[in-house]
Amino acid sequence: MDMSQPDNFGFTEEAALLKESARKFLADNFPTEKLHALVADDPDPERMPGAHWDRELWQQMVELGWTCLAVPEAAGGVGMPVVAVAGLVEEVGRAAFPCPLLATLNATYALAACGSGGEAALAEIAGGTSASLAVTGQDGSWSVGDSAVKCADGRLIGSAWFVQDARKVERLLVSAQDEDGLGLYWVAVDAEGVDLRPDAIVDLTRDQAHVVFDNAPAQRVSGDAAAALGAAMPAIWSLLAADIAGAAEWQLQTTVEYVGTRQQFERPLGFFQAVKHPLVDVMVQIDQTRSLLYNAACACDTEPAAAARYAHMAKASASETAAFASGRSVQLHGGIGFTWECFVHLYFKRQKHSQMLWGDAAWHRARLADMLIGTAA
Amino acid sequence: MSESAAKDTPEQAQFREHCRQWLADNHPGEPPVRLPQSPLEIMTTEQLDYLQAWQKAAYDAGLVGCDYPEEVGGGGRNDCQRVANAEMIRARTPFLPNVIGLGMAAPTVFYHGQEALKQRLLPRLFSGEDIWCQGFSEPGAGSDLASVQTFAEKKGDKWVINGHKVWTSLAHFAEWMILLLRTDKSHKYDGLSYFVVPIRSALGKGVTVRPLIKITGETGFNEVIFEDLEVDDSFRLDELGKGWQVAMTTLAHERGAGEKVTPRSGGMKSRSTHSSTSSSLIELARQCQRDGRPASEDALLRDRIIRQVIREEGLAQNQRRARVAALQDHPARLPLQNKLLSSEIAQDTGAIAMEVAGASASLYLGDDNAPAGGQWPMAYMNSYGMTIAAGTSEVQRNILGERVLGLAKSK
Ligand SMILES: Cc1cc2nc3c(=O)[nH]c(=O)nc-3n(C[C@H](O)[C@H](O)[C@H](O)COP(=O)(O)OP(=O)(O)OC[C@H]3O[C@@H](n4cnc5c(N)ncnc54)[C@H](O)[C@@H]3O)c2cc1C
Repeated sequence: MDMSQPDNFGFTEEAALLKESARKFLADNFPTEKLHALVADDPDPERMPGAHWDRELWQQMVELGWTCLAVPEAAGGVGMPVVAVAGLVEEVGRAAFPCPLLATLNATYALAACGSGGEAALAEIAGGTSASLAVTGQDGSWSVGDSAVKCADGRLIGSAWFVQDARKVERLLVSAQDEDGLGLYWVAVDAEGVDLRPDAIVDLTRDQAHVVFDNAPAQRVSGDAAAALGAAMPAIWSLLAADIAGAAEWQLQTTVEYVGTRQQFERPLGFFQAVKHPLVDVMVQIDQTRSLLYNAACACDTEPAAAARYAHMAKASASETAAFASGRSVQLHGGIGFTWECFVHLYFKRQKHSQMLWGDAAWHRARLADMLIGTAA
Repeated sequence: MSESAAKDTPEQAQFREHCRQWLADNHPGEPPVRLPQSPLEIMTTEQLDYLQAWQKAAYDAGLVGCDYPEEVGGGGRNDCQRVANAEMIRARTPFLPNVIGLGMAAPTVFYHGQEALKQRLLPRLFSGEDIWCQGFSEPGAGSDLASVQTFAEKKGDKWVINGHKVWTSLAHFAEWMILLLRTDKSHKYDGLSYFVVPIRSALGKGVTVRPLIKITGETGFNEVIFEDLEVDDSFRLDELGKGWQVAMTTLAHERGAGEKVTPRSGGMKSRSTHSSTSSSLIELARQCQRDGRPASEDALLRDRIIRQVIREEGLAQNQRRARVAALQDHPARLPLQNKLLSSEIAQDTGAIAMEVAGASASLYLGDDNAPAGGQWPMAYMNSYGMTIAAGTSEVQRNILGERVLGLAKSK
C-alpha cells in the first residue's frame, strides 16, 4: 500500500452516516418482498424486456441528494470522496434497488474528467438529471478506445450497446468517432434520432438497451473520450464492486438465516460442515472484495496513479464474489432456491449481470498482469 | 502493508524516526549460516546464536515489546509495536527467533499472570534470552484441544505433572513452556488449568525432549514427556480450572486476533532466505522457461499469479479495515480470517511456484541447479504446517461459521 493513503480509507463520519441512513431508508421503504412484487411479475423466459422500478422512491433519493454526491462542488454538487459514494452504492446493491444511480454516477465520473467541457452536463446532473454511459460496441469490448458511433456536424450515427438502465435515464454520454479522434457526446434520450431498443435480459433488477443513433443532435463534452473514460474507470469499477459486495452480503445473510432454521437429519442445516464451510468461504470472499474496493476508492480520491491497479483488483475480486455467492445461495437453499418464488433468484441474476459488466475477473486480471508482470511478447 | 506514517501520533512519529535511525546503523548483516524459512525450524545453535543476538539488539534499542509497561520490561509506549514492525520489515531484517514467546506466551502471561511473575519472566522473553515453547497438543488432543490429558496433581504446595505433549515447536531450545493441562478429570473444560514451566532446567529431571523430523527433513518440533515434574504453585496463571479461558488468550494472539500486536521482524533478502510472496513468484516466473519462453508470458500462469497478488492485497487491506469500526459488521469477522487467509494464500502461492518451475520443481536444497536455491518446494511443504498448526483451516472455518455467522456448532 502506498503511504499517501489515509489509514481509514478516508471513510469519514459523514460517510458512515450516509451509508447508515441509506441502509435504513432502503430497508424501511424497499424490503425484498416489494422488490419481488415489483420486478418478478412475468416469469416467461421469452418475456418482453421490462423496466420495472419505483420512480417515486427514486425521486426521493434524488431529493436526498444521492445523485449529486459525486458531482464536484465547482459544478454545483457535493464533491464527496469516491469511498463515501461506494458506501452508499453498497447499500443500493444490498437492496438490489432498480434505479439509475450507478449509471448516473458512472456518467458523473466520466464528465468530471472532461474538464470545462463537462461542466454544463455536470450542472444538469447536480440538478437531478439522470444519465448513463453509451460507450460499448456490440462485441462487448470493455476497452475504452472503441466505438461504433460516428459524429459529424454535431449529429450521431451508429449504435452503442449494453447501455445500463437506459430506459430510466434522461441523458446518454456517448463515445463517438469524429474528425479529431474519439470524442464524448451528451445526448438527450428523447431527442430525435435516438432509438432505444431494450434488450431482453436475465436480470430483473436492471434494464439494458442498445441505442441506435440516426442523426441525433449531440453536444461534444470532450475531444478525448479514451482519456476521460480511462480516468473515470477506476471509480466505475470500484462502485460496481461495492454494489456486488452489498448484494453478496444479502445473499450470505439470507442463506445463513435459511440454513439456521431449516432442519434435516434432526439438525439445522448449518450444523453440517459441507454447508457451513462454503458459507464461511463466501464471507471471506466478500470481505476481500470489500477491503479491496475501499482501497481502490480511496486511491481514486488520494492516489490517482495507483487507482487503476487497485480498481482492477477490486473488480476482479468482486466478479469472483458475485459468481461464488450466487452459486452457493441457490445451492444451499435446495429445491426452494431453484424456484421463481424464492427471492434468491433476484440477486443471483443481478450478480451474474454485474459479474460480467465492465469486465469479468479474467479480463481485469489480464490487465493487471500487463501492469505488474509486463506484457507477454 | 496496512501501516502508514501519514496518521502517526506525535509519539509514533518520533518513535518511527528512532527506529529508522537505529535500523540504518544496526542491521545485523548476512547470517553466517543458512537460515530456515521460519523460526519454527531453527535447528542449530549457530542459527539460534545469530538470531538471538539480533532479537537482543532490537530489544535493547526499544523495538521489541515496546507497548508493554516498563515494569515488566516493556517500552511503556502507546500503539508503537506496529510502527517498529513496519520499520523492521522495511529494513529487511532477520526474523525474531522467540516467536512463541512474543506471539503467545507474552500476552498470556501479561493478562493472566501475577505481577511478580510478569516482572521475572517478560524481560528475558522480550530480549530473546529465554526461548519459549507451547505445550498444548498431545497425541490424543489436537483439534479437540480441550481433551488434553497431561495431569497435575497437588502435593502440598507443589504440583506434580505427568503427561505427553507433541509437536512442541522450539522445545529443544526453550527455557520455558506455556502448558495447558488437567487438574480435574471430571470436567472437560472446567478441569483445565494453565501453567508456565521451566523445562530446560528440568531436562533429565522430569522432562524429556525428543526431536521429531518434519516433512521437509528439518527438525523444529518435538515431543515433550513429563514424568513427576514438580512445579511451584506460583507458576500457575489465573485460577484453577480457568485454563481454557487462559488458552483462549493464547490462541487469539496465535491467530492474529489478539489484543496485543506481536513484535514482528523479517523481510531479509539474502542468499539463504526465502519469502513465499507473489512478488517472489513473479521473479521466479521470469527466470523459468516454458516451451522456450519465459513462464511469465504464459497466459494461464499469469492469471494464477495475479490471483495471488490480489489475495495478498486483500489480506493487507483486511488488516487495514479491521481498524476502521465503521467498515465492519462484526468485531471478530476480520481478525479471525487472518490465519486462515495467510496460510492458504502462502500454500497456493507455493503450489503455483512448483508449476512455474516445471521440471525443475523436482530439485531440492542440495541441488545447484534448483531455481531459487530449491526453497520453493520446501516452502510449499512448509505451508502445510501453517494450515495445520494453530488450529487447522477446517477448525478455523468452524470457528468463523459458529462465532461470526452464528451457525450451529459442529460438535
Ligand atoms: C509445524 C507445526 C508446529 C506446531 N507447533 C505446535 C506447538 O508449538 N505447540 C503445540 O501445542 N502444538 C503445535 N502444533 C500442533 C497443532 O496445533 C496440531 O497439529 C493441530 O491443532 C491439529 O491437531 P492434530 O494434529 O491432532 O490433527 P487432528 O485434530 O487429528 O486433525 C486431523 C484432520 O482432521 C480435521 N479435523 C479435526 N477435527 C475436525 C472438526 N471438528 N471439523 C472438521 N475437521 C476436523 C483437521 O482439520 C485435520 O485436517 C504444531 C503443528 C505443526 C504442523
